[in-house]
Amino acid sequence: MLSAYREIVKFLLLVAIVLLLPLLIQEGYLLNVMVFVGIHSILALALNLLLGYAGQISLGHAGFFGLGAYISGILTATYSINPWAAMLAAATLVTLLAFIVGFPILKLKGHYLAMATLGLGIIIYIIFNEAVDHTGGPSGLSGIPNLSLGGFSFDSDLRNYYLIWTFTLVAIGLSLNLVNSRIGRALRAIHDSEVAARVMGVNARLLKVQIFALSAGLSAVAGSLYAHTMTFVAPASFGFNFSVELVTMVIIGGLASIYGSLLGAALLTVLPEMLRAFQDYDIIVYGLLLIVITMFMPGGLVKGLPGVLTALRRKAAKEESGDA
Amino acid sequence: MLEVRSLTQRFGGITALEDISFAVAKGDITGIIGPNGAGKTTLFNIVTGLYTQTAGAVLLNGKDISNLPPERLAPLGLVRTFQNIELFGTMTVLENVMLGLHTRSSSGILACMAKMPWHLREERLIRKQAYEWLDFCGISTLAEQKASNLPFGRGRFLEIARAMAVNPSIMLMDEPAAGLNNRETGELAALIRKIRAAGVTVVLVEHDMELVMDICDRIIVLNLGRKLAEGTPREIQENPAVISAYLGEG
Repeated sequence: MLSAYREIVKFLLLVAIVLLLPLLIQEGYLLNVMVFVGIHSILALALNLLLGYAGQISLGHAGFFGLGAYISGILTATYSINPWAAMLAAATLVTLLAFIVGFPILKLKGHYLAMATLGLGIIIYIIFNEAVDHTGGPSGLSGIPNLSLGGFSFDSDLRNYYLIWTFTLVAIGLSLNLVNSRIGRALRAIHDSEVAARVMGVNARLLKVQIFALSAGLSAVAGSLYAHTMTFVAPASFGFNFSVELVTMVIIGGLASIYGSLLGAALLTVLPEMLRAFQDYDIIVYGLLLIVITMFMPGGLVKGLPGVLTALRRKAAKEESGDA
Repeated sequence: MLEVRSLTQRFGGITALEDISFAVAKGDITGIIGPNGAGKTTLFNIVTGLYTQTAGAVLLNGKDISNLPPERLAPLGLVRTFQNIELFGTMTVLENVMLGLHTRSSSGILACMAKMPWHLREERLIRKQAYEWLDFCGISTLAEQKASNLPFGRGRFLEIARAMAVNPSIMLMDEPAAGLNNRETGELAALIRKIRAAGVTVVLVEHDMELVMDICDRIIVLNLGRKLAEGTPREIQENPAVISAYLGEG
């Protein structure tokens, strides 16, 4: 019961940070970065449910993200459908698609699953590029409307910030509930010993497919949010590179950790912005930092950071006692 | 209760099991023994749905379960434990047993995400029952420990508690005494008797002859993939074919 209480406090703390952050950063650019941190957090969270909890890799999640963005974009920009309805349609369609595709794909394991999901992502990417009549092809699709509630339109950086982070917080809350339930236990059990989980009556295959579908659907919601905040989508945002970046966010943040997804997404989104100072060398510094983090924090930031903090504190305490 | 009919299993050119037939009576403790390579674990893997046999059939309460995967067998009341205990290492002892209650709960993904009241009710019930099974196996003080931190012997008892949580009518145990010290083996014998008293039929593969002769009602002897003998512990101990298989021709 104490741990449940601590979970609630942790979550409320996050809510408070999210609410108050705009007081510190009023600058549009930084706020815009935070919007991306929010969207990427939802994506990392979605992938972590699959990769960290169910132990199944996907190198095609940028594709689901893109599908969400394009379905929302096309329905609103081309067919003038209500953005909220478009978002719902995108989430439903992508969930269904992933559920159907998931059955054959998730029969595969390890490297083969990685290859199959990679292929799926590439197919989706090619469709974005080639279905020019619907997607606008490589030059993208513009004129996507902002989301609005009543007469209130989410058209400024600050409004988008609160919109996106409301979704992010809800996604975090729902995911926390899920991983601490019988479904979460079953997922972790499959990860630890699939054969034992099956003997205990867990339908591992069905559950993997369900989580794959859920993960894809959540990514599609992130895609819709992206489309309606940016009001423009182009295929380049949804390629293989971004799929790999999502996997990196999950691993850097911490596998099977909800808050780790948040940290990983934040780091990988903010870091490239901070490294602008290194100009042409930024990508090298970026790569080096990732290598150092994975080497010294194999459990991800969420496990590694507390260790670093205690080490620093101990060092400080030692120096103090040395002085005295 | 459990019936095996003319079971044959070939892996490529190797015949692991050849025309095995036997029946396990309800409420019995049945031991399956035999030298290494006799096909005992293969037999278990077929019965519990991990392998599909080349020929023959397995019946549970008269129902053909030959081609059912393991997750379909648990709801029918058939569970097993493993020779090299298969625990969920990243989960706590309590969570391991709660997982055993998976088939006795039904909240879906959405209900879990939204913390629906019936899901919370179910969760409380599962937790309570899991504690009861930990008590049953005498390890409830370890409830909050991480399963991977348990000593091997305790891990074995946890595996049994988790299997009991499935509410089985029959439990297959693959070498439950392997890796246990004498005291733990004594506890195991008592626990297996307690399991039978709780109405569960037990089938075990075991190398510890003392344990087998002590607790089993019937024994089936396998040798080189064939059934060599079947009978009460006394009959088996006096069977010349069994003696020669274990001690070599002499």
